[in-house]
Amino acid sequence: MQAFEPKIIAFACKWCTSKEVEELQVPSNVKIVKVRCSGRIDPTIILELFTRGSDGTIVFGCPLGECHYETGNLHAEKKIKMLKKLMSLSGLNSERLRLEWISPLEEAKFTEIIRDFVGQMKTLGCSPLAGEKPDVNMLINLEAAKSAAEDFRLRVLVGREKWLLDNGNVYGEPVNEGEFDALLDEIVKAEFIRHKIHYLTREKPRSLKELAAFVGIKPALVLRHIMNMRRKGMIALDRIEGTTPLYKALEVQ
Amino acid sequence: MAEEKVGAVLVVGGGVAGIQAALDLADSGFKVYLIDQSPSIGGVMSKLDKTFPTNDCAMCILAPKLVATGRHPNINLVTNGEVIGLNGEAGNFEVKIRKRSRYINEEKCNGCGLCAQKCPVEAIDMFNEGLSDRSAIYIEYPQSVPLKFMIDREKCIGCGTCQEICKAEAIEYDQQDSEATLKVGSIILAPGFEPFDARLKSEYGYGRFPNVVTSIEFERILSASGPYGGLVLRPSDGEIPRKIAFIQCVGSRDAQLGNNYCSAACCMYGIKEAVIAKEHVPTKLDCTIFYMDIRAYGKEFDDYYNRAKEEHDIRFVRSRVASVTEDPSTGNLHVYYVEDGEPKTEEFNMVVLSIGMQPPKNAEKLAEVLGIKLNGYKFCQTELFSPVETSKPGIFVCGAFVAPKDIPESVAQASGAAARAMSLIASERGKEIVKKEYPPERDVTLEEPRIGVFVCHCGINIGGIVNVPEVVEYAKKLPNVVYAEANLYTCSQDTQEIIREKIKEYNLNRVVVASCTPRTHEPLFRETVREAGLNPYLFEMANIRDQCSWVHMHEPEKATEKAKDLVRSVLAKARLLKPLKKPIIDVTPVGLIIGGGVSGMTAALELARQGFEVHLVEREKEPGGHLRKIHYLLEGEDPKERLNRLVKEVMENGKIHVYLGAEVTEVSGFVGNFKSKIIHNGEEKEVEHGIVIVATGAVEYKPTEYLYGKDPRVITQRELEEKITRGEFKAKNVVMIQCVGARTEEKPNCARICCGQAIKNALKIKEVSPETDVYILYKDVRSYGFKEDYYRKAAEKGVLFINYDNGRKPKVTNENGKLKVTFWEPTIKEEIEIKPDAVVLSAATVPNPDNKRVAEMLKVPLTKDGFFLEAHMKLRPVDFATDGIFLCGMAHSPKFIDESIAQACAAASRATTILSKKTLEMEGIVASVDEDLCSGCRICEYLCPYGAIEMKEKNGKITAHVIEALCKGCGVCGTACPTKAITLGHFTTEEIMAQVKAALMEEITA
Repeated sequence: MQAFEPKIIAFACKWCTSKEVEELQVPSNVKIVKVRCSGRIDPTIILELFTRGSDGTIVFGCPLGECHYETGNLHAEKKIKMLKKLMSLSGLNSERLRLEWISPLEEAKFTEIIRDFVGQMKTLGCSPLAGEKPDVNMLINLEAAKSAAEDFRLRVLVGREKWLLDNGNVYGEPVNEGEFDALLDEIVKAEFIRHKIHYLTREKPRSLKELAAFVGIKPALVLRHIMNMRRKGMIALDRIEGTTPLYKALEVQ
Repeated sequence: MAEEKVGAVLVVGGGVAGIQAALDLADSGFKVYLIDQSPSIGGVMSKLDKTFPTNDCAMCILAPKLVATGRHPNINLVTNGEVIGLNGEAGNFEVKIRKRSRYINEEKCNGCGLCAQKCPVEAIDMFNEGLSDRSAIYIEYPQSVPLKFMIDREKCIGCGTCQEICKAEAIEYDQQDSEATLKVGSIILAPGFEPFDARLKSEYGYGRFPNVVTSIEFERILSASGPYGGLVLRPSDGEIPRKIAFIQCVGSRDAQLGNNYCSAACCMYGIKEAVIAKEHVPTKLDCTIFYMDIRAYGKEFDDYYNRAKEEHDIRFVRSRVASVTEDPSTGNLHVYYVEDGEPKTEEFNMVVLSIGMQPPKNAEKLAEVLGIKLNGYKFCQTELFSPVETSKPGIFVCGAFVAPKDIPESVAQASGAAARAMSLIASERGKEIVKKEYPPERDVTLEEPRIGVFVCHCGINIGGIVNVPEVVEYAKKLPNVVYAEANLYTCSQDTQEIIREKIKEYNLNRVVVASCTPRTHEPLFRETVREAGLNPYLFEMANIRDQCSWVHMHEPEKATEKAKDLVRSVLAKARLLKPLKKPIIDVTPVGLIIGGGVSGMTAALELARQGFEVHLVEREKEPGGHLRKIHYLLEGEDPKERLNRLVKEVMENGKIHVYLGAEVTEVSGFVGNFKSKIIHNGEEKEVEHGIVIVATGAVEYKPTEYLYGKDPRVITQRELEEKITRGEFKAKNVVMIQCVGARTEEKPNCARICCGQAIKNALKIKEVSPETDVYILYKDVRSYGFKEDYYRKAAEKGVLFINYDNGRKPKVTNENGKLKVTFWEPTIKEEIEIKPDAVVLSAATVPNPDNKRVAEMLKVPLTKDGFFLEAHMKLRPVDFATDGIFLCGMAHSPKFIDESIAQACAAASRATTILSKKTLEMEGIVASVDEDLCSGCRICEYLCPYGAIEMKEKNGKITAHVIEALCKGCGVCGTACPTKAITLGHFTTEEIMAQVKAALMEEITA
C-alpha cells in the first residue's frame, strides 16, 4: 500500500516569500499559490478547499509589523482565528489550517515549516472530507461554515475586530480582547448552527426535533435559532404535521 | 404668594391610560408632556394579542391612539424618561426630568430599520418577554411610537456598523443623557403595574420548567408579531401543545406572599387566552382553567365566560393548584390539585400562570420624589369619593397604579384624571398650545391637473426590491404628471420642505406619494400640501411598500411592475380629485346631563369647573339617586355626609341649572348643536347645548324567588341595610343568597356590586352582633381588587361562605311558620338545613326601565341586557358612537361609587374635548345629496348607522339631507341609492372607476 501523501495548499504572500518560492525545495504534494497579501485570503476560499478534499492549508504572511500593506497580516490573523473556530465546530481538526509569519530572507525556515506541516498532516492522516467516502455530515458542516463565513454578520465583526481592539469602540471605550473573543465564539457558533439549519432545510422541510438531532443541541435552542432566522428572512414555516411544525429555508437575498 | 397657573400637564406613563389622559388634555386646549421610561409608548397593552370581551386585536385598536398621540401638535413625548424632582404646588409645578440617551437623533431617524438588519449583536428581546432575540439597535415593536430606533447600550459593542449603514445619518454615539425642567399646572400619574415575578411561586416551576410560561409570555406567544409568529409552541421543543393548563391567582389572593388583593383582570384574560389559544392551534386543543372564583364581574363578562364553557369547551376546575412537576423526558407537566376533597394529578403539555399585578417597580421612588402616599400594598393611595386624586393636591392618578384593573376601567379613569387635572387649570386653557395657521387655499378648480409624484425608497425597504428610479421615469410619462422624483425617505422633514417647494415651483395642483401605508402617513402628507396652499384632499397615496416590496420581496421585477401599476392607477384617480371643504360647525359650550345621581352630579360639577354651563335633569324630586339609599360603606366613609356635600356644591354652583322632578322629552341636532326639551314643573323648556351625558343610573331587581314578597323575613340587601341602620335588625341566624336576578339562564351577567354589598352587611351584622351566624351562599365571591381584604376579614370574623351553582340552587321554604333554607355543602358533600331568622337576597342591579325611552330619544344603542352600549367596550368606555353623546355610572353597567365617579369625570373630560372648542372641524370626506335626483325613498336614512341622514321638506318635496357633522364617510348610502343621488366625496364612482380601469389597463392591452 502506498504511503499517504497529503494534498496541501500553501498560500504565500508575494512579499514575505519574495524569492521565487516556486523554486524552493518543497515536497511535490504541496501546491503553492501566490497572493499579494495574506490579508487577501478570504475565509470562504479556505473552507472551499477543505470541502474539495484538501488535507491541509497553510498561509504565509509577513511578520507582525512588516506587512507591505500595513496591516494585512493582522487581518489575516483574525480571519484564521475565526476559521479555526468554524473548523472545530465542523468537526474538522483545526490544525489542518496553519498561519505562519515569515520574512523574505528566511528561505530555510520556509522549507522547514512546509516539511513540518507535511509531516503533521501525514500524522493526522487523510482528511475526513477527502478520499472515496468523504464524511457527509462533515461536508454539510463545512457548507454551513462556508455560508456562515460569507454572512454579513461574521464578516463585519471579524472585519472590525482589529480596529476595535486597537482604537476602542465608537464610544471611546477600550475593547477587551478576551471579552471580544468570547462574544465572537458565541456568534460564530450561532451562525454556524443557523447556516447548518438553513442548509438542511433547503433540501426539504424539517422538524425541530430532526434538526436538533442533526445539529446536536437541545430543541429549545434550535427553536430560538429558527426564530432568529425567521427574523432575518432565512427560514419560514412550511407546514404543520400533527403537532409538529416543519420549517423550510428561504433563499437569502 | 401663589404664582400664576400653567396651562400644561405632565402625564407620567405612556400606557393606554397615560395616552388617553394625554389625548383628552391636548384635545381640550392644554399642552401635554407625556413621559415614559421605555423607548416607545403603548405600555402593557401593546404586548397583548387579543382583548376581552370583544376579542379585538389589541394592537389594531391601540395603534390609532398611538399614532394620534405621536402626531398631536400639543403632546410632547419624552421617551426613556423619568421624573427626578418636583417643586412648586398645584397649578404651578416645576418638574425635573431625566432622559436617557437613545444614541439616535430622533429628528433624523426615519425608522427604516436597516440598522437593525445589519447590527451584528443580538440581545434578548424583553418586549417578547425574553422568548426571542432582537438586535442591539432596535425598536420595541413594529408599530412603535415614536418610530425611532434606539441603541441598547448594555449590549452594543460599539462596532460602528449602524453608523455606516444609516443613510439618514441619525446615529449619535456621543449623545448624552439629559435633564430638563418642565413647568406644568398639574400632573397625572399613569405608571401602570409590574407583572408578578412567577419565580416567587417556586412550586409552579416557572424558570425551571421551560413549558411553564406566564400569561404575559403567552400573550406574546399568541401574537402574530410575537416570538413564534402567532403559532402556539412549547418553548422546550417547539411542538404544538394538545393540552394546556391555566393556573389562576398566581401572585394574587396569596397571603403567604403578602399579595392579599385580587388582580381583577386575570380571570378574564385567562379565559380569553384559553379561547384564543384554541383558535390558534390547528389541531384539537384542550384547555383547563384552575381557579378559586371566576371573577367575570364586568359588563357582559359572564356571557364571555359562558361561551368559553359552552361553545369553546373550556374546562373549569375550582381548585388551588398545589404544585407542578416536570417529566424531563417529555417536557410535559404534572399538575397536582385537590378536587372534591380528592388529591388529583393530571398531565399537560404546557402550563400558563395567570400572574397578578404588582405596583410599578419605581412606585416608592416616584412617591418619594412627588410626595404622594402609597397604600399598604404600595399602590397609590386614593379615597373612595376622590378616586383619581393622590394625597397631594394637583397630582392625579389613573390606571393600575390605583388598583389592579383592566383596560376599559383604566381608560375611564384616565379620562377622569384628565378632567380633574384640567379643572385645576381651566383658566389657562389654550395658553400653552400651538395653533396652526395655514396659508389661504389656492383655487384650482379651473386648472388642468398638474400632478407631482414623489416615490419613496424608504431606505432600502422599498428601494431594495422595487426599482424606484424606474417607477419615477414611468410616472413622468403618464398624463398630467409635470414633476416626479425619488426620495430616500418621502416622510422626512426635509422632504416635506421639498414637496412644498415643488408645489410652488411647478404650480402643482395634485400630489401623489408612492410609499408606505396611508394608515400612518396620509395625515402627514395632507398636512404638507395644505401648508403649501393646496386643499388637503388634492392628495393621493400608492402603497408600494406593503403591497409591493414587502409581499413580493423575492420577485423584484414583479414588485417593480406592480408598483408602476399602482402609481398609474392612483394617478388616474388623482386627476379627478376635487377639493373638499372640511365642514366647520359652531359649538354651544353648554352641557345637558340626564340623571342627577352621584354620576350626573359629579359630571355636572366637573363641567362647571371647566367653565361650562350645565343643565342637570333629574326625574326624582331629590338628587342623589342610588347613593341616597346607602347608609354605610365598606371603606368606612360616611355616605350621607358625602352626598350632602355633593348636593350642596351642585345646588350652589351658578353654572349648573338643576331641574328636579323633570324629564328630557326630546333631543335633536348633533354634536356641538343640540336642542332639547325639558318638562319641569309642568312647563316645557327648550335648551341648546353642545353635548349630552347620560347618567340615568340603574335600579334594584325586585326578586320573585325565595319567598320574597311572601314572607317578610325574606328581604333584599338594601332593605337589610335600612333595617340595620334603623337598629331594627335582630337575628341569631342569617342566610344571604347571592346572584338573585343575576347569572341565571335569563339574565346571564353578573351585577358586580352584590358580593361587596353582602360582605359589607355581613361585617356590619358581625360588628353589632358578633354571635349572629351569617351564611353567604355564593356562586363565585367576586370581591375583586382590594375588596378581597374585606372578604378575608369577613371569613376571619366567622362569616361562612358556601358555594352553590345553578344546578343546585338553595331552597327557601316556610315550614310551620319557620323559615328553612336547604342547600348542598360541596366540601362535606351533604345537604344542609338551616332555620334562619332572616334570608337576605343579594338582588341584582338592573337597568333603569327608562333606558329604552332615553336610548330611542338619543338614537343610541342598548345592550341586550338593557344597559347603554358605549362606542367601544375597551377603549371608548364613556363615548357613544354618535359624536357628542357620552355615558357614565350605572347607566353603563352596575358599579361601585368610586367607579361611577371616575366614569363621571371621564364623561366630563370627553365632553370637554368638544365644549372647549369654539368650532369643530369635521372630516371633509362626507356624502352629499343631489336634491333634484333624490326620490325621497328613505333607503339611505334606514342604512345610515350614524343617523346622519335626515329627510327635509323643500318646495313640497321631501328629500334626503346629510348632516355632515354626523357623517363618517363610509359611502353605504350612495351605493344603495336607487336614483344615484348620493355621492361620497373623494371616493366618487368616477374616481373609483378611473382608478380600477387604470389598474387593469396593462393586462387588457397585453
